[in-house]
Amino acid sequence: MSGDVCIVGIGIHRFGRTDGLSGVDQGVFAVRQALADAGIEWPQVQFAYGSSDAAGNPDTMVDRLGLTGVQFINVRNGCAAGGSALFSAQMAIKSGEFDIGVAVGFDKHPRGAFNAMPAEYNLPDWYGEVGQMVTTQFFAAKIMRYMSLFGISQKTLGLVAEKAFRNAVHAPHAWRRQPVSLDEILDAPLVSDPYTKYMFCSPAEGGVALVLASEKKARELGKPLIRLKAATMRTRPPHSFEVFAPSVDVVEDDTGPRGTASRIASADAFRLAGIGPGDIDVAQLQDTEAGAEIMHMAENGFCADGEQEQWLAEGRTEINGALPVNTDGGCLACGEPIGASGLRQVYENVVQLRGDGGGRQVPDAPKTAYSHVYGAPGVSAVTILER
Amino acid sequence: MRAIAEGLFTDETPPRLIGGKDRETGRIVFPCPASEGYDAVPLSRDGTLWSYTVQRFRPKTPPYAGPEAFSPWVVAYVELPGEVIVEARLDDVAFEDVKVGMAVRFAPSPLDLSDPESPLIPAFSPAAGGAA
Repeated sequence: MSGDVCIVGIGIHRFGRTDGLSGVDQGVFAVRQALADAGIEWPQVQFAYGSSDAAGNPDTMVDRLGLTGVQFINVRNGCAAGGSALFSAQMAIKSGEFDIGVAVGFDKHPRGAFNAMPAEYNLPDWYGEVGQMVTTQFFAAKIMRYMSLFGISQKTLGLVAEKAFRNAVHAPHAWRRQPVSLDEILDAPLVSDPYTKYMFCSPAEGGVALVLASEKKARELGKPLIRLKAATMRTRPPHSFEVFAPSVDVVEDDTGPRGTASRIASADAFRLAGIGPGDIDVAQLQDTEAGAEIMHMAENGFCADGEQEQWLAEGRTEINGALPVNTDGGCLACGEPIGASGLRQVYENVVQLRGDGGGRQVPDAPKTAYSHVYGAPGVSAVTILER
Repeated sequence: MRAIAEGLFTDETPPRLIGGKDRETGRIVFPCPASEGYDAVPLSRDGTLWSYTVQRFRPKTPPYAGPEAFSPWVVAYVELPGEVIVEARLDDVAFEDVKVGMAVRFAPSPLDLSDPESPLIPAFSPAAGGAA
C-alpha cells in the first residue's frame, strides 16, 4: 500500500449516563455522526471493527445502519478494546484489501465499581470470595509502590484530578464538567489509599466511531489528512504487576519500574512512526485513576520516573504546557465505558489536530498526537497521529 | 478451622501458604495451579510488605462472600524473598502504621472475624520486632 491510513470521520455520543438509550444506540449515534463527518453513506463502508465489553455485540448494529452484508468483527480486549478495534481496522486498510471502514466502540455499565468474576480471568473462586476481585485495589497498590520508589506525593495525584475536571469544562462530550478544587479533591473520602473519590474514574456509558480510509481515498473525499502513523497493541511481559493477579514474580533488582505492556506498545509505536516522545504535541494517556496518568507518562517515554512531581508542579501537562495531557478530562472526567474509551482518546486527538478544540484547544496548531489505553489483564494499545 | 479453599495452606501448625513451582522454569506462583506442570511447594512464613492499599468499601456480592457488616482492611502484597510476591490481607496494624518494606509474617485469619466458624483466608500480621 502507498501512503498512510487516514482518519476522515469522527463521531461521539456524549459520555456519562444516558437513560433510555442502550449501548448499541449510542454506538449507532456515533457511527452516523462519523459517516456524516466523512461525507459518506453506510453502504460505502467496506468493513467494521466494533468493541463493547458489557453492552452487547457491536455487529448487531447493522440492523440499524443497513443490511449491506458488510464484514463486521467484534473485538474484546479489556479496557484496551477500543484501541484494539482501531489497530485491527487500520490493518485492514494497510493490507491493501480495503479503502474505507469503521472502528466503533460503545458501552453501558451498571453503577459502582466493575464487577468481574474470577472464572472470567482463569482465577479460583476464593479470590473473589475474600474480596480481592476489585480493580481499585490493584491500581491503588500500584501507585503506592510507585510513590514509595520515586517520591511522588499525594498532592501531585490531586493536581492530575484537578486538571482533568478543569479541562472537561470545555469538552461537550465529557461527563463531569464542573471544576473541583485541589483542596476538595485531597480532603474527599479515601476509596483505596492513597486515592480519594475524585482520583478514580467511574464506569460509564458512551459511544465513539472513527472512519478510516486509505490516503488515496481520503484525498478523494477532500478531507484534511489526519494520518495514523502508528497503531500498536501489545500484551504483558514477564514480571509485570497486573490487575487480578494473586501473585507477582520476584525480581533480583526491584528498585526500578517493571516492564509493562504499555512500555512495549509505546516503543513499538514510536519505532513505526519514526519519531520520539519529544516530538509529540498532545497526548491522551489512560487515567482510570490519577496515578495511572503519572505512571503512564513515564511508561510511554515522556519523562523519567519521578520527574512527574516537577512536571505537575510546573503545569507542563496543562493545555498550554509543554505536553498537554488528557485535554478533554480523560477517563477521570469522561468516565470509562470500556469499549469506547480508547477511541474517545483518538477522537479527541483528531479534534485537536483539526484545531476544533474550542476552549480546550492546544495552542500553536499541534501537528502530532499520541493516545494510550491500558486494560486487564495487561494489554495496551497506542496510536500516533500526524497532521 | 478450615481454609477457604483446598490446597491453599499446609497442614502444619502454624500453616504456610502453598505455591506452585513451574517444573521447567522454576518460577513460583500462588496459588498452585491445578496443572501437572507445577509442583506444590510450601512458601516462606516471613516476608516484607512490597505494596498495599486499604479496601474502604464493601466489594460487590457476588463474588465477595464476607459479612454484610463492613470494616475496611489492608490489602497487602507481600514479598517472600526469593520466592514470589503474594496478595493477601494484613491484620493487626493501624492503617497509618503500614509502611512499604515492613516485616510481616503469615497468619491466616477468618473471613468474618465475628464468626468462629468462618473459613480462614490468606493473611499476614506485622512480624514481632517491628519494621525491617
